[in-house]
Amino acid sequence: MRSFEYANPSTVKQAVALLGANAAVLAGGTDLITLMKDSLVQPGRLVNVKGIRELGGIGASGGGLRIGASATLEELLEHRELLGEYPAILDAAEGIASPQMRNMGTVGGDLLQRPRCWYFRNGFGLLARDSQGRPLVPKGDNRYHAIFGNSGPAYFVSPSSLAPALVALGARVRLEGSKGPREIAAADLFRAPQSEGEREHAIEPDEILTEVVIPASARGMRNATYEVRERQFMDWPLATASVALRMDGKQVREAHVVLGQVAPTPWRSEAAEKALAGQTLDEAAAAGAGDAAAQGAHPLSRNGYKVQLARVAVKRALLAAIA
Amino acid sequence: MADIKWPAPADRHLIGKRISRIDGPFKSSGRAKYTFDINRPNMLFGKMVLSAHAHAKIDKIDTGEAEGMPGVRAVYTMVPEGQEVNWVGQEVVALAADTEEQAEEAADHVHIDYSPLPFLVADTDPQQAGPDRTKQLRDQSEGDPQQGFQQAEVTHEGAYGIPVITHCCLESHGSVAEWNGDKLNVWLSTQNVSGSAGQYSDGLKQAGINVAPSDVSIDCQYMGGGFGSKFGPDSWGIAAAVLARKAGRPVKMMLERDHELLSAGCRPSLHGRIKVGAKKDGTLVAWDSESWGTGGMGSAGTPPLPYIFKIPNQHVRHSAVLTNIGPARAWRAPNHPQVCFLTMTALDDLAAKLGMDPLDFFLKNIGITGPRSANYQEELLRAADMIAWKKNWHPRGDRATGPVKRGLGLSIHTWGGAGHVSNCRCTIQPDGSVEVALGSQDLGTGTRTVIDIVAAETLGLPLEGVQVAIGDNKYPPDGASGGSTTVGGVSSSTRVAATNALNQLLEKVAPSLNATPDQLEAVGGRIQVRGDSARSIPWKQACAKLGAAPIVAMGQRDASLISAGVGGAQMAQVAVDTETGVVRMEKIVAVQDCGLVIDPKTAESQVYGACIMGTCYALHEEKIMDDQTGACLNPNMEFYRLSGIDDIGEIQVHMMTGPGYDERGVIGLGEPPVVSPGAAISNAVANAIGARVPDLPITPNRVLMALGKGGAV
Repeated sequence: MRSFEYANPSTVKQAVALLGANAAVLAGGTDLITLMKDSLVQPGRLVNVKGIRELGGIGASGGGLRIGASATLEELLEHRELLGEYPAILDAAEGIASPQMRNMGTVGGDLLQRPRCWYFRNGFGLLARDSQGRPLVPKGDNRYHAIFGNSGPAYFVSPSSLAPALVALGARVRLEGSKGPREIAAADLFRAPQSEGEREHAIEPDEILTEVVIPASARGMRNATYEVRERQFMDWPLATASVALRMDGKQVREAHVVLGQVAPTPWRSEAAEKALAGQTLDEAAAAGAGDAAAQGAHPLSRNGYKVQLARVAVKRALLAAIA
Repeated sequence: MADIKWPAPADRHLIGKRISRIDGPFKSSGRAKYTFDINRPNMLFGKMVLSAHAHAKIDKIDTGEAEGMPGVRAVYTMVPEGQEVNWVGQEVVALAADTEEQAEEAADHVHIDYSPLPFLVADTDPQQAGPDRTKQLRDQSEGDPQQGFQQAEVTHEGAYGIPVITHCCLESHGSVAEWNGDKLNVWLSTQNVSGSAGQYSDGLKQAGINVAPSDVSIDCQYMGGGFGSKFGPDSWGIAAAVLARKAGRPVKMMLERDHELLSAGCRPSLHGRIKVGAKKDGTLVAWDSESWGTGGMGSAGTPPLPYIFKIPNQHVRHSAVLTNIGPARAWRAPNHPQVCFLTMTALDDLAAKLGMDPLDFFLKNIGITGPRSANYQEELLRAADMIAWKKNWHPRGDRATGPVKRGLGLSIHTWGGAGHVSNCRCTIQPDGSVEVALGSQDLGTGTRTVIDIVAAETLGLPLEGVQVAIGDNKYPPDGASGGSTTVGGVSSSTRVAATNALNQLLEKVAPSLNATPDQLEAVGGRIQVRGDSARSIPWKQACAKLGAAPIVAMGQRDASLISAGVGGAQMAQVAVDTETGVVRMEKIVAVQDCGLVIDPKTAESQVYGACIMGTCYALHEEKIMDDQTGACLNPNMEFYRLSGIDDIGEIQVHMMTGPGYDERGVIGLGEPPVVSPGAAISNAVANAIGARVPDLPITPNRVLMALGKGGAV
């Protein structure tokens, strides 16, 4: 790890002033510090935001819910009553790593963590190319890589556990930078980079993610997250699905289906949503939505199994949502 | 003097009792100091620069910039210019600096020019690897294989494979080296306390430093896992000693996790095409196998296929494939988990083809399992009882409704486990205190506890009455802990040394009890006339009769107290989600013999640990290499997965003891129980889903592939 400056601001304004191309935001540090140890990022300055009170807290806000970016993942689980309407979020948070990691890791950090692509983590770059610039993933070991949105140059999967649930619930995120605050849909925080220098998040180097807002419109939606993982203990999911449904009795009026760990961004399945609209949601309809979600997948050489996992995750998330 | 024996069952006060490991409180409270915890005054931190190439010639090494960086005190080139490196992660340059951060930063500024050379990291068969990369090690027939297959009424052919895995010691390899004039003190995480000084002397000579083995002291009180990968200082241990010498300050150098997984040992893979035939009644008649595997650039030995079952007609071929994946090392029961997996899965598939319950099939052929056959039979039946095999077993493919299918699988295994060379010194002081000292080590297996039990039992004292001194090569030389040979060595030498010491004490005490020494015994903290507690003297008073001089007695390994050759049977129950391919362990029952069990509790603990380790390699572990770059893709504990607490299911252990077992004497246990889990779990999965997942680890991907649900390689 290279030496770095350490700044400890107490307001968002101060923090923003300290940020820039050569600085990194330090919250829980569970990802950033490992990236630094592996020399994958080498910021000249770390801006610790854990001391900024306005970034913390979880509470009701304007009929919806506000989650501070530096609220820890364990705090999410401690607000079970407040979050009781959003099992999709609680399910996803429960699956993250271990209690120790959830005590350190933050909501903002979960959204902004870097991909786990093993070529990236081994120093071959976010777009994973060899010294001649040829992509390594298509011919390499791509068992954990994308099955959607993977026509290149990005093949990694978005690692955020919370993002699919937040996107399904129509959440928005607030950012603050030198040009002032802005608010975007959670879905728009994520993008597939087109060049090596581009980041997979739509956040400027001098911006801080300040809070996540679950809108009032999410209230009353039946929702759930289902994760498929090889190991029960501390493991990355192989595929996940988060769903949010507006029901009319047993009939689906509106469905949001978002897959995780299958594409460079959280992957909304419009096909599954369409298949569900107006349907009576039972096992067959859930399976049908799973099949629809799997359509259009383009598995790479070694990750065809993830198509099946995506299919099952959607089915099981839907059944969990109405259970 | 009469032969030294183990006490008769009725006379055992400690041996065979359930005793908690004596160092447990030290470990659980953090008082136990591991190599990682050793910090010496003025200590430097060592780091290494590793090869980024799987195979390359080193053209130029420039350490100039690094040497001038803040805090850097010494630099040492481990592989000189002009030589080749053979795997990604091979150590090239070592340096030491005041802080760990400075050392790391300096390592980033060592410049090495390589000329890349062709490499092979894929775990492929000899045809794909080519003749330059293949060494045929065995082509051997017994009986008449061709005629055997003609006799066979049912034949099964299949291909099976078990990948390269690593040792993944939770305490990585490393040392703290400190020079005191011309003497070298090393705190080394090692399985070989007595045998490392000579290796330091040899290794340092090559670096131009002369130090006699007698001037090298090795200290290892506690260590966090070796599994066969920690038998010496290794290149990084020598480098730490060289750096310490150059800098004139102590150096701590522990491997980083990635380095540990890249370089500090792997278990060779084994793949094979197997054909096996039997009569309709299940009698095995013929075996044919063509196998290959890789353990890096070495040949990794010849795996003993077929395992345990001496099938009368057989043809066995094996080749080693040479790859740039890093060196192989002995991994807990070298070769056995691999050959067990290939054999027991093929036999299980044959049983399915015969329409037989594999338990009946194994029992039918128990006669060709050699001298342990009666033990295997007894152990299989015991395990079957524990898991309710006859009630819970079903033919292949669980017919239950719903996606989750359950199944049972079994396997048997064997191991040697004779005792290694061991010397014990037992000292009885006039104040009654007792020390037993051996240049042995406790890998976490309970060696310290076993030594205490044997000494205390022999001297009629409580466990606290004996001080156990191990983990230092100033004590009498002892063997390396490999091959499950430690308990046989240390228990017999301790028994002999303690008996010899006691006999000297009895001579001193006899006159005061109006008896001859041979009429006396040590029991319950007293010396007494055998069977007559009225004529006795407390231990302390007895020892006071020594005057000023302590008793010092030696003991060596005694072959009459130990033996070799164990068996075991394991059965696994799994639940497989056939929609996701996720396998969950529900239960493993492990039945194991190892002769006379000194401490059932630590013995069982060995078996529990082995079942967990076996679950790890059955379901998760694989060293994954990238064909394009030659890099290992998962040198971390994120994608090099070990089972967690939620993943291991219930484990039931039964040790075979009593008549038929105890009289064999003490036999080692560390390795055998890790042999069977891969096969037993694979067989359970096949039983659950009605299809064989032919390779380990049994990942969701592979389960779905076996079920034809869109999996891929």
